[in-house]
This record gives sequence, C-alpha cells and structure tokens, in this order.
Amino acid sequence: MHPIIILVAQRLALSTLLLIAASALIFAGTMILPGDVAQSILGQSATPESLANLREELGLNDPPLTRYFDWLFGALQGDLGTALTNGRDIAESIGQRMSNTLFLAFWAAIISVPLAIMLGLIAVRYKDRWPDKLISAVTLASISIPEFLIGYLLMYFIAVKLGWFPSVAMIGDHMSLLQKLQAIALPVMVLTLVVLAHMMRMTRAAILNVMQSAYIETAELKGLTGFQVIARHAFPNAIAPIVNVVMLNLAYLVVGVVVIEVVFVYPGMGQYLVDHVAKRDVPVVQACGLIFAAVYIGLNMVADIVSILANPRLRHPK
Amino acid sequence: MNEQITHMAGQVTAGKMTRREFMGKAAALGVSAAMASTMFADAARAAGPVKGGTFKMGVQGGESTNTQDPALWSSDVPIAGGQQWGETLVEVNGKGELEGLVAESWEGSADAKTWRFKVRQGIEFSNGKTVTPEDIMRTMERHTNEDSQSGALGIVQGIESMRVDGDTFEVTMEIGNADLPYLLADYHLKIQPDGGFDDPNSAVGTGPYVLESDEPGVRMQFVRNPNYWGGDAFAHYDSVEVITLNDATARTAALQSGQVDIINRVEPKIAQLLDRAPNLSVQNVSGRGHYVFIMHVDTAPFDANELRLALKYAINREEMVDKILRGYGGIGNDMPINAAYPLFDDSIPQREYDPAKAAEHYKKSGHDGSPIILRTADGAFPGAVDAAALFQQTAQAAGIPLEVKREPNDGYWSEVWNVQPFCASYWSGRPVQDQMYATAYLSTADWNDTRFKRPEFDEMLLAARSELDDAKRKEIYSKMGMMVRDEGGLILPMFNDFIDAVSNEVQGYVPDPNGAMMYWYASKFTWKA
Repeated sequence: MHPIIILVAQRLALSTLLLIAASALIFAGTMILPGDVAQSILGQSATPESLANLREELGLNDPPLTRYFDWLFGALQGDLGTALTNGRDIAESIGQRMSNTLFLAFWAAIISVPLAIMLGLIAVRYKDRWPDKLISAVTLASISIPEFLIGYLLMYFIAVKLGWFPSVAMIGDHMSLLQKLQAIALPVMVLTLVVLAHMMRMTRAAILNVMQSAYIETAELKGLTGFQVIARHAFPNAIAPIVNVVMLNLAYLVVGVVVIEVVFVYPGMGQYLVDHVAKRDVPVVQACGLIFAAVYIGLNMVADIVSILANPRLRHPK
Repeated sequence: MNEQITHMAGQVTAGKMTRREFMGKAAALGVSAAMASTMFADAARAAGPVKGGTFKMGVQGGESTNTQDPALWSSDVPIAGGQQWGETLVEVNGKGELEGLVAESWEGSADAKTWRFKVRQGIEFSNGKTVTPEDIMRTMERHTNEDSQSGALGIVQGIESMRVDGDTFEVTMEIGNADLPYLLADYHLKIQPDGGFDDPNSAVGTGPYVLESDEPGVRMQFVRNPNYWGGDAFAHYDSVEVITLNDATARTAALQSGQVDIINRVEPKIAQLLDRAPNLSVQNVSGRGHYVFIMHVDTAPFDANELRLALKYAINREEMVDKILRGYGGIGNDMPINAAYPLFDDSIPQREYDPAKAAEHYKKSGHDGSPIILRTADGAFPGAVDAAALFQQTAQAAGIPLEVKREPNDGYWSEVWNVQPFCASYWSGRPVQDQMYATAYLSTADWNDTRFKRPEFDEMLLAARSELDDAKRKEIYSKMGMMVRDEGGLILPMFNDFIDAVSNEVQGYVPDPNGAMMYWYASKFTWKA
C-alpha cells in the first residue's frame, strides 16, 4: 500500500480515538460543575418540591455512567436527544446554529486568509522597509487589543455614528445573501483583524526561513524578480507551516468566537453552548463539545495531511 | 414663528406631517432639536394612536435554553414574550390597581375565602378556541398540582378547592386571602387552552399578539392578534419583535443605531450620558425590586440580634444609592416594603448610617472580632461586588471586621444564596405586602433566605391576609415591617429603579412600577408616530 494512504489512515484512527477521549473529558467536566440542571432551570424560584419533580422528569437520578453511554450510542446513530431545558431537538437546534457559525467563519476566512498571506508576501518582499513595518505594526496592534473592544469601537463609529452597517448581526432565513452579508459585516471585520496577525507573521517567518536557502540565491541569479522568486520558489516550500497556522485560525473562527457573538448578538454556536453550560443542560453541552472537538481535530488532521502532501520526500518515498 | 409652529403641530395632529418633516421645518425656524422633539411628541400624542409598523424590544435576560412554557419562566426575555401572547386572569396596572384581562369581573366572599372570577364573554385563544372557565381551572391545576415545576407553585399554595360554575371559575382557599386576585396576576399563570396540559409550549393564549417564530436566545416574532378582545384600543403595531440583547453595550448601540425601539436595564453609570443622545430618552421608575445582604438568623454569629443591628447601622444607604445606583433608586429601611406597595406605613423611621451606634451594638454582641465573611458575586445584583466593598469600608469605620469573599456567578443561586449564612442577593418584589412576606419571611416559606422564623409574625401575616378593613391591615403590616426591620436578618440598603431607554418615535410610553418596558406591555399601549 502507498505510504501516504497508511499515514492518512493512521491520522484518521488517531483522530477518532482523540474524539472519544475528548467526549469522556467533556462529560467528566460537566459532572464537576456545581449545582444540577434542575436547580439551574428553576434558579432562585426553586422550591424543594419543584426541584424533586423536575429531577425525576429529567432522569437526573440515573447514575452518570449510564447517562453517558446512553448518550454516546445515541450520538453515534445521529440522535443527540432533546435539550433538558426547553425540550427542543438538539440536532435541529445545533444544525441551525452551526450553519450560522460556519457562515460567519466562512466569510471571515475568505477575507482574512488570502489577505494575511498576501500581506505576508508583501512583508517579505519589502523586508525591513516601511511596508513591512507598517503591516507588522497594524496587525500586531489589532491582535493585541481585546476583540470585544475592537467590536465596540467599530460598533460606535461604523454602526452608531456612520450608520453603514447594523450593530446587531442577527441573520434569519428570510434574508437574502446580500442582506446577510450586510448584517455580518462588522463581526467579519473584527474577526479578520483578530486572526490576521497570526497568519501574516507565520507566512512572513516561514518564507523568510526558506529565503536563506541556496536555491533562492540561484533563482535570483537567474534574474527572476523579487515577487517571482517568492511566489514560485519560496512559497511552495513554506506551505506546511502556513497551512498549520491557517487551520488553527479557522478552528478558532468556528469554536472560539463566543465574545464576538455576544457583542454583535450573532446566533451562533458559542452563545448556544454558554447558555446551556449555565443551565447545566448536559446533553447539549456534550453535543456542542463533541462537535467543537470534531472541528478542531478535523481541521488539524487536514493540516497534517496537507503538510504531508506538500512534502515531496513523503510524496515520493524511495 | 409661534403661529407657524402651532400650524405645524396642527398638521402633525391631523396626521399630515411626519416627524422628519416637522423636525426639519422646526430647525429652519430656529427651534432647538430637543424643543422640537418635545413639541412633536405633544402634537403626536394629541393625534392619538397611529396603527401599523414593527415594534422592536431589545431585552436583557434571554438564553437559548428558554421555553414558551410559562411555568418555567424566570428571566426577562421569556416573560416579555409571554406578555405578548398570553394573559392572566387579572393584571396590576401602573397605579397598583387590579384590571380584568381574561376575567371580566371578580368578587370575594366576606371572609375572603371564596373568590369567583367571571370569564370575559366571547374571548378566544389565538387558535380560535373560546376560553372557558375549565381552561382557567386546568391552568391553576397545572401550576399548583404536586408534580408542578411551576415558579408559581409557592405563590398559590393553600387552595382548598376549585370548581366551575357556569361562566365562572370559583376558588376556595384554606385561609381567607384578601389579596388573592393580586396573586393570580403572577406572570406564570397565563391562561392556556386546557391549562397547557396537552402542550405547555404552544404559546397559545389570549394576548394582543400571536407568536409567529421563536428562536430561543435570539428573538421572538409576533404578529397582531386580529381577534384580540381589546379591539382597536390596544396593540397598534402590525408586528412585534422581542430581541435578546444581553450585552449592555450592544443594547445601547442597537437603540442608538435604530435597530430596536426600546431597551431595558440601562446601566445606571451610563444612563445620564445616554439620555443626552439625540432621538431617545431614558425613563426610570422606582419599583419594588431591591438589593439586599441577608444573614441567617439561626446561624452564629448572626443569631445575636445585637450583631445584626450593628451591621444594619454600619451600612451607608445614601452612599450605596449614589455610587451603586447612581441615584437611580431609593434608600431601603431593612424591610422589603417601600412606598410602591399598597398599605405602606410611611411613618416608620428611616435607619441611618451611624458608626457610633454600630460600634456600640457590636460591643454588646460580644463577637470575638474574627472577620465576618460576606459572600458576593457580580450576578448577585448589578454592582454587588462594589456594594460589598463599600459595606466593608463603612463597617470598618465602626470597628466591625467584614471580609468580602467573591464567588463565581455560575452556581451562585444553588451554592451560595439560601445556603451560606451571609451573602448578597436581590428580590424583584411582589405586587402586595402579603405576597412579599409570605414568599420570604413566613416560617414555612421555601425561600426564607434569612431563616426568619417567628410564630407571632406568621400569626400577624395570616390575620392581615383575611382582614378586609384596610386601616387595620395597614397597622398589622406596619408592625410586621418594624419587626423585620429591627429583628430580622435582612440588610436592605436600596430599592433599584427600572431604567429603560426609549426611542422618540415611540409615543404613549408611561413608566410602570411593575417592571421594565411598562411591564413588557409597551407593545400593547404605545405606537409609533
């Protein structure tokens, strides 16, 4: 068998194992939260009778292990159960939220990834001159400011003062693509600013590393222009580390944007998860946790595989 | 100029001029924007309600775990949504008087034990079904039976029997209760078809609007109920949206950029600044909600009344109102009742900050001088951590060592409140004194969070409950208030205002002490000019 297939299969098996381990961790984590779901649903208005009634109805009196395995086998069959708190089908609710999250992440990625790589290339081309310094300064500044503050600033100037885009990024089924894009303009801007620096710096560093090689000197001696050398000879050999950092940032765009969701009232997965953690809605928390873990592990696996494929030594073993 | 303005106002009243035109022309005449805005509002109010449009409410307090089952509501967004689609038997209006909703009229027997509610004739649920007294009885059953998870379970205890008599629902209490109709105005007790037994989440009720779509934690959309029994006099909008805006900055930005028409819970620290923004106004109303520090009177060292008194004298109430509420509230008097309640005795002396007296009581209590632990969290009430720090400072001045222990918000209501002997908390108040005392100060109350168990207090509560002579009732309530004030475990520094911000386009807004956004009825009573 081709060694690449074996490598990929190994990665897949490892990822699956990792996922199961993650689900066990998530479950254990939800168990050590103080209070239980009945207490959290009823809040300050809990009375002993209503607590006992609710616990009985929600099946909270079963042992934790039974609940965990019941849920795991259900999840394997695509049945995530119903939310304890409002009785809604979890798969359906998550489907809606997940598509919103992916929609936002997609547009943020479409803008930020090419932009970051582009800026990285420009920074290398004009290394240590003013374009390089300007790009570094701006992106590093934007990553250093807390994201909610960038959000508030853009909200104040662009939504309140100029009125160009709405401050509430609420999207719905009845909206056209253009309306949706207008609604998410501000969060996309913030997310772009937040992830730009990391990817840009990595691109710059990876390519600069390659630029030290002898074959780059050869290319320069051949008479190629600066950009041609970078694009044709340096960039392909710097793909592996760049893909790694791009995937990390994509994963962040999917699983880590709860602050942006709250600031812009965006109906994504982050807020959904936090609400259910607060109410101790274990099935939902586990489902979200598992999906997040799957996204993270999946994207990292893609990064691994791309790195393998991008490496000629692995592609053509002796 | 005066004539021209008057003429323009006339045009507005006749519905011939929009706000934009009016403001533009007024500016041309050299009238300031604020002045023109007021003139426009007056003229528009004179014109009477305008039909149509969408009313968007930006509400703090919603989660994606919310449901449409009234029994499970405890945060603001589901309650606000519920006021759109559902109605209780009666409601308490802004003046504290009862008004009929599903019930057309009601009467109590002489001993206040038996109450009869006559169902409003020809009133229909939004699914077209006529409301019957059976629906009312089933609703009460669902909220009061032993399997109930309803937040109203504690409120409507002590029902001896219920029955339907023609078009009347009759309830008999074990002990007479002159305030029973007030209790039945509780927001959980929305009348539902078959009491909500077949589908508690259906959101079918008799309210002015009908639920069209529901995304928990995001928004609810409503359209006008064409068969609303109130007819054209209410519910002027074509549609209403209740939008969850939990982040304070997002909420104010949404109002300022015109994405919502009204918001609740404006933070006191920005209220004055926000009020200066054009095209909106900040509205505050003092309510019955209060922020408290509670001590368990059965746990050492708080079992010594001298120590409790020492702590009560060691808190600076004015400073709390100034610094924590920024003036948007009133000072408390260590009893859960204020002037917003009927039968309040305003002759009860106000307790003042007095470090000398506090030190004296502290000395008498014989406390060993070890730090007294006060638990608090951001979630206990807005500003609770700062308030605890202020309390620590003023107590220190009296030589009382307080140690503030900050707890996580998560799990505060299950692990700290009603568990730990001394902590910060809040109460949202109740429409009548009886209900407030019965909820948290009766010996047998589940939420007796100060462990205040006094048989003579319970007796007075029951005596007042079935007493129909208001003068006598007031006297009993006054004694009860004094008892909690001087012997209870409650330190009540302040009553908080409800602070809304409302777009100037919205007409007919009147602050309501029952709650924010005219107790969520802004959609029913206001209109857009």
